[in-house]
Amino acid sequence: MKLYCLSAHPNKPCIILQFKEVTIMLDCGLWAASVTNFLPMPLVPSQRLNSLNSWVPRDCSDPQLDGELKECGGRIFVDSSPEFGVPANNVIDYSQIDVILISNYSSMLALPFITENTGFQGVVYATEPTLQIGRLFLEELVQTVERSPKAASAKHWKAMQHLLLPPLKDAPFVKSWRHLFDAKNVAASLSKVQMVGYSEVLDVFGALTVTPVSSGYCIGSSNWIISSQFEKVVYVSASSVINPHSTKIDLTPLKNADLMILSDLTQTPLNDPDSSMNGFINAVAETLGRNGNVLLPCYPSGVVYDLFECLSDQLAQRGMANANLFFISPVADSSLAYSNILAEWLSGEKQNKVYTPEEPFPHAQLVQHNRLKHFKNLWASGFNEQYRQPCVVFCGHPSLRFGDSVHFMEMWGSSPLNTVVFTEPDFSYVDALAPFQPLAMNVKYWPIDMSLSAQRASKLIRDARPKNVAVAAIHLEPPVAAPHRIDFVIEADCPILPLRRGEVVTVPVTRQKEQLKICPSLAKTIRPTSVRPGVNLATVTSSLLVRDNKFTVNVVEDVPQKPIVIEKPLASGSKRRRGAPTAVQTVELMPPSIKQRKPSAYTWGTLDIDDLLARMSSEGILVAKPEPDSNGNCVIHLPKEDTLIQVEPNSTHIFCPDEALRSKLRTILMRCLNKF
Amino acid sequence: MPEIKITPLGAGQDVGRSCILISIGGKNVMMDCGMHMGYNDERRFPDFTYIAPQGPLDNFLDCVIISHFHLDHCGALPFLTEMFGYSGPILMTHPTKAICPILLEDMRKVAVERKGESNFFTSQHIKDCMKKVTAVTLHQSLKVGKDQVLEVKAYYAGHVLGAAMFRITVGSQSIVYTGDYNMTPDRHLGAAWIDKCRPDLLITESTYATTIRDSKRCRERDFLKKVHECVDRGGKVLIPVFALGRAQELCILLETYWERMNLKAPIYFALGLTEKANNYYKMFITWTNQKIRKTFVQRNMFDFKHIKPFDKSYIDNPGPMVVFATPGMLHAGLSLAIFKKWAPHENNMVIMPGYCVAGTVGHKILNGAKRVEFENRQFIEVKMSVEYMSFSAHADAKGIMQLIQYCEPKNVMLVHGEGKKMSFLKEKIQQEFGVKCYTPSNGETSVIHTVPSIAVDIDLPLLKSEAKQYNSQPPDPKKQRLLHGVLVMKDNASTMCLMDVEQACREAGIARHVLRFSSTITVDDAGPSSKTTDKLYQMIKSHLDDFNVHLIDGAINVESVMVNVDCSENDKKNILVSWTNEDEELGSFILKLLQNMGR
Repeated sequence: MKLYCLSAHPNKPCIILQFKEVTIMLDCGLWAASVTNFLPMPLVPSQRLNSLNSWVPRDCSDPQLDGELKECGGRIFVDSSPEFGVPANNVIDYSQIDVILISNYSSMLALPFITENTGFQGVVYATEPTLQIGRLFLEELVQTVERSPKAASAKHWKAMQHLLLPPLKDAPFVKSWRHLFDAKNVAASLSKVQMVGYSEVLDVFGALTVTPVSSGYCIGSSNWIISSQFEKVVYVSASSVINPHSTKIDLTPLKNADLMILSDLTQTPLNDPDSSMNGFINAVAETLGRNGNVLLPCYPSGVVYDLFECLSDQLAQRGMANANLFFISPVADSSLAYSNILAEWLSGEKQNKVYTPEEPFPHAQLVQHNRLKHFKNLWASGFNEQYRQPCVVFCGHPSLRFGDSVHFMEMWGSSPLNTVVFTEPDFSYVDALAPFQPLAMNVKYWPIDMSLSAQRASKLIRDARPKNVAVAAIHLEPPVAAPHRIDFVIEADCPILPLRRGEVVTVPVTRQKEQLKICPSLAKTIRPTSVRPGVNLATVTSSLLVRDNKFTVNVVEDVPQKPIVIEKPLASGSKRRRGAPTAVQTVELMPPSIKQRKPSAYTWGTLDIDDLLARMSSEGILVAKPEPDSNGNCVIHLPKEDTLIQVEPNSTHIFCPDEALRSKLRTILMRCLNKF
Repeated sequence: MPEIKITPLGAGQDVGRSCILISIGGKNVMMDCGMHMGYNDERRFPDFTYIAPQGPLDNFLDCVIISHFHLDHCGALPFLTEMFGYSGPILMTHPTKAICPILLEDMRKVAVERKGESNFFTSQHIKDCMKKVTAVTLHQSLKVGKDQVLEVKAYYAGHVLGAAMFRITVGSQSIVYTGDYNMTPDRHLGAAWIDKCRPDLLITESTYATTIRDSKRCRERDFLKKVHECVDRGGKVLIPVFALGRAQELCILLETYWERMNLKAPIYFALGLTEKANNYYKMFITWTNQKIRKTFVQRNMFDFKHIKPFDKSYIDNPGPMVVFATPGMLHAGLSLAIFKKWAPHENNMVIMPGYCVAGTVGHKILNGAKRVEFENRQFIEVKMSVEYMSFSAHADAKGIMQLIQYCEPKNVMLVHGEGKKMSFLKEKIQQEFGVKCYTPSNGETSVIHTVPSIAVDIDLPLLKSEAKQYNSQPPDPKKQRLLHGVLVMKDNASTMCLMDVEQACREAGIARHVLRFSSTITVDDAGPSSKTTDKLYQMIKSHLDDFNVHLIDGAINVESVMVNVDCSENDKKNILVSWTNEDEELGSFILKLLQNMGR
């Protein structure tokens, strides 16, 4: 069993599991934080951004580098369409992948890089919400990146990375960063996804089964159980015990695995989601209270539903029920609509609402009563008429490099009345804001990350008792920023295998058994012999059928062999006359049949000499009792027949030139010995 | 030999009151718990005293599964749980769980409030009953009960929103129960689907056992034409439906037709639940067909422009109209009230879009009754035209055969149909698939014997050495693969593992006793002994072409057989042949071969 780690970032996991000759990819996350090293792509040309100074490293006169890098507030940015961190493609050939298992919509955004133009021929499994919401994420990403194209794409800076300034200087694996795919690739890639339900058992070539179980992290998020008849691997991806709207995490199936692979733990261990939620609400209320606007850069689904719910509720309590809430995304309408038809994937409380029948999320009501207004983009019809300040705008992209969030940053950044609140944990807010500096607006950082903390994960390991754990190496040391926080380190009683991008880990799980099915007709012929109390043995010769990696045995079809005919001259004593035809005798010999080629029984135990001699004498073979030597060996000699029987504790050797006698002796010996 | 027992308490050679008891691998499961619409006495519920004469049923029943929300499949559930004492697991899909209590409540009101029946379950009973339900999702393998032996998996059935077929597995035995299903997609639902799960028994409904329905499009056109004609001549059209299901499909149909033909006659939907009912369809849109699912963000198929809620006062309105009213079989409620008013006028029309069980008014008029008797010796003349349109989404004979083909059962059982029609289909199934087909009547137990295969473990090295041997030979698909080993059974055969003999002896703690035989023959052959060996080697090889014959250190080896030529340089050579008892056949064959070879 082998693990290949293809991702440098444990929250955008991509791991290959090889077991029983099956290659399974676990998630394929897209690391988007790379884009914070690029200049924002505003909707309308920004004079400020266009007038930024070009930057070239000192002692570097490469003319090609000119204009690729711009400086803002002491940081440098690449002036190009943004590039993304994708899984390593030099560790394994993607065309070898048999199955891709997707845990949740945020861990699948690199899928087109894996499945398109790579020779990939496998199948992708994901739950229905993962597919539908993942599609929304991908569509939004592609549309917002494509709508403000850059004239040129920079590529020379990568060769000079060591000469640049941090953080770009230290950015990992920049050579593997790639431009985004297009809508066609997204559609083609998603057409390879097969929808599955929780606890659905899916067969992989008969060798393994894979089953998604709820991970509690978001709508339709799953952990995966990968099992053979005897071994079990659990892949615990983003999991949560606190998400208020999705199905609860299913812990029982995670127990007693040979290997537990852990990924996607919380990215903000220092922040508690509940107090972040309060912080967010207070920030919004304060800003609205002073007639300021709030920008909330967000993804089009997920925590944003909770933000809508809590915010509208709290604002109503504070007498601000009429606050203008806008949700702007190319997929806003779909996101809101889908969230209310996926009842089967929601928490019990939300599910019960459907039975009344009411929409599970209150944002359906908010939209109906025009308290939450959603638009595809800023130029969508109706937006201008509806737009009122002060307001709260939820829009993408949380990196502030593309999408409508760029526009609002440019528009609102200079006023100290306004506030931008960061709730998505995927990006450093300092990095996100860097190209907009200097800023007058308020900045709040209230990250809401529902996934497990290291402490929770360690408890999960304790409760689930896996034999091995594999986890990203960075979780095995306290963070550089907080070296005393050893509670951020994963602990386990079993061996821990560290995962690092580009490395292969051999998992100490060795297969010892496989399942075999015995057909009833063969089973009837099996005659067990008791060799010890409670232990029975039976020698079995069977015909093996291997189909879809399943092994079945049946009765051997005994094919008769063709006899071998040997022509042999008649007894050599008779004189041959010249020219006369040679007198021949034909002998037919039967080679052993298919079934006879395998032993029908085995002899065991020690030979009782007295018993043997008694049986021999009753058959008319009389010999003197031999004297055994000190080791219990003895030799029985039949001088007349030139025959010798050497008896040792675990073997008997018969030298006998006479076939008839040998056959007789064999019969006698078989009677003296135990058989199974 | 293990067996599966099936006893229908309802739906045995009958439609209505579906309730089938299954006993499989020591587990007892009830499939559906329906009520019969044609009866008002105790016959409307299945006879649960069959299971346990004194109740409660908990010791005799491990699980109850409801296939869909129609009352002939779930109507007796509150009776079972709240009045007969069953508190074990109840499984149904999410939409069924959502919609079922509404229909139950509707029915309860009709029975208790209009007919004044007592000894019926109450609203609270329905609520308490639904709390005990576990909702399942499609394709989820759910393990039921403390011992987790019983496994249940739901498949999409198409028939109505949330309808499912269920596979039950205990050990190596399995059953598929279809409930009602539909093999052709319709305007709002998809077609039933099941994988090739090869159950020991398929229990399928057979409502349309002998019907091969004409194409869907024709039936729709026919329906629209009849409605249109009636409205044109100023008549009123009554369409008795159940609140959820067919009603939504017909609404979509009429809505688009009205839009296209620019018709003005009003269409009413009389339930009080219209909006609510359509809400269920909106929120469970993942259970509808591909087309609706794809377009739901832009346009909700269940927001109707032309269809308005009905008020009772409209019954006597002049002029044409189309009214959808519940219940679907004209056995009670509003549809019956409207029918009584409209029936005497020949301009009017009633369209029965579904099956009607015997005893209902719907059934009577479909059979041509021109005069219908009601309570209090009241008679109604039926002058309006009566049309039957088979819109009810059941599989027809073709569909049933198709499902059998999909899942390849070893036995088939027909339920939920009429006896006569069943026997026709039974013949056909036995002929076409060569499987046994059962058609039990209510209370009759069928026993099905199953042939289990035994699962044992096999030591991986043994399996691998066979594979290595097999792969080293030229490929020949006809050739048998031989697997030889010793089956070790320990602790009353609770662990069984096939392994090679050495490993088996180690495992059992015993020592083998190897018997070896040796024999010498003398041949005349000049030349060095190595040349003789070579000759023998070639000869043995030519006669044993599918054995591995090796020449190692001047000795010829085949399996455990060794052939040695002594080193004397004489013309006479002694050849020693030796083999173990396990290779007796091969050893003695080689010995004979050498004894008889020409010189």
